[in-house]
Amino acid sequence: MVSVMNSNSFMAVLRRWKFLCRLTIAAISCTVVCSMTHAEGQLLGTAGVGPLEGGSGGGISPWATLAGYATRDEWAATATISKVDVSDFTLNAASVALNYQNRIELSIGRLDIQDKSGGEIIRQNIGGLKVRVLGDLVYDKLPLLSVGLQHKSLIDQDTARAVGAQDTSGTDFYISAARAWLNGPGNRTIFLNVNLRNTEANQLGLLGFGGDRGDRHWLVEGAAAIYFNRHWAIGAEYRQKPDNLSALKEDDWNEVFIAYFPSKSLSFTGAYLELGSIAGQRNQNAWYVSMQAAF
Amino acid sequence: MKTRLLSALSIFFIVGCHNIAAREESLYVALGGQVGLERLVDQLIEEIHFDPVVMSHFEDTNWDRFREKQLEHLCLLTGGECQYTGDSMLDVHAGMNVSEAAFNALVNDLQKAMEKLQIPVGTGNRLLAILASMRSEIIYL
Repeated sequence: MVSVMNSNSFMAVLRRWKFLCRLTIAAISCTVVCSMTHAEGQLLGTAGVGPLEGGSGGGISPWATLAGYATRDEWAATATISKVDVSDFTLNAASVALNYQNRIELSIGRLDIQDKSGGEIIRQNIGGLKVRVLGDLVYDKLPLLSVGLQHKSLIDQDTARAVGAQDTSGTDFYISAARAWLNGPGNRTIFLNVNLRNTEANQLGLLGFGGDRGDRHWLVEGAAAIYFNRHWAIGAEYRQKPDNLSALKEDDWNEVFIAYFPSKSLSFTGAYLELGSIAGQRNQNAWYVSMQAAF
Repeated sequence: MKTRLLSALSIFFIVGCHNIAAREESLYVALGGQVGLERLVDQLIEEIHFDPVVMSHFEDTNWDRFREKQLEHLCLLTGGECQYTGDSMLDVHAGMNVSEAAFNALVNDLQKAMEKLQIPVGTGNRLLAILASMRSEIIYL
């Protein structure tokens, strides 16, 4: 294990975080997602794309959908490996998820940021549990409603401590509702998802949990997508963020994406992220592309 | 900001299209009338034969009868002037224990059939929505 920080100097921390942020700035990142799935029961394109925090969801927020295409008689397992490559840094996210009968989703994931030149790294474990409470994405009278939690724990805790976070681990709770209309406005299939998340995580937890300006908040996340046909969709996501650290301002995130589903065993996603102000740098944006494969 | 603008534009686009949708022609006409429905049902039957999940529910099927009743039913459901002389959806599927996965597989077959016949996506979605509304009269009976 490589120490993240070689001193407690705040400026060093700030500089480090700026480097970390650079990997999301105007970056082309490549995410390779490999999924193993037992089930093909659900409609194409309803399994979501691989979110950073694991489980089923979009790029920056979880959705009420559960991993893979399992129906009530089936199970599905997905394994996701993501790699984001920028000049100086690499972001790696890896997670596995199990969907039992479209009812319970368990996920375990790791989110790492590594400095290529120095090998310095911040690693975070994320364990997720999501339960479908009621409804169905497409068919039921009621929308799909799920509740979930994400327990996040920093393995490398020095940066979080240095920027003034209260804790190095924390748990997010969320309520999630999703609906897809097959024959929506304009005779196009549309998808909407809304989350209410209770969290104290700073920058997804990579900067620890809580801070001098507060800790737990209820925050809103939303995703919308429109399917041109069953193979192509475009969408947008929004994620409200906390702002717990007076030293490092944190902004809400926005994302637009385009997803291509040639089959249930393969999907590609490209996205443009607007991450706002990070570590004093404003208007931070990023590109990423992802590929999902299922066997 | 750009992203927010794009999101807002998409919503305007979606809402705007809704008004157009209100003035649409009957689905029966959009699908090409009787000739169009016949081509669709024939293509669907072909897709079903290549789909073991769905095919397992059609082992004793009289395909001529299936085709005839399917055509009548689709004609009626899409706004054509036909009489459906088959059994109700509930009666047809009683005892078949069609699973959610099998139902979705049939939807998949229908989507494939419509893709092959190059039926416009919007027209296809109108038909899928009708089929989706009958789901509770089809699965787990």
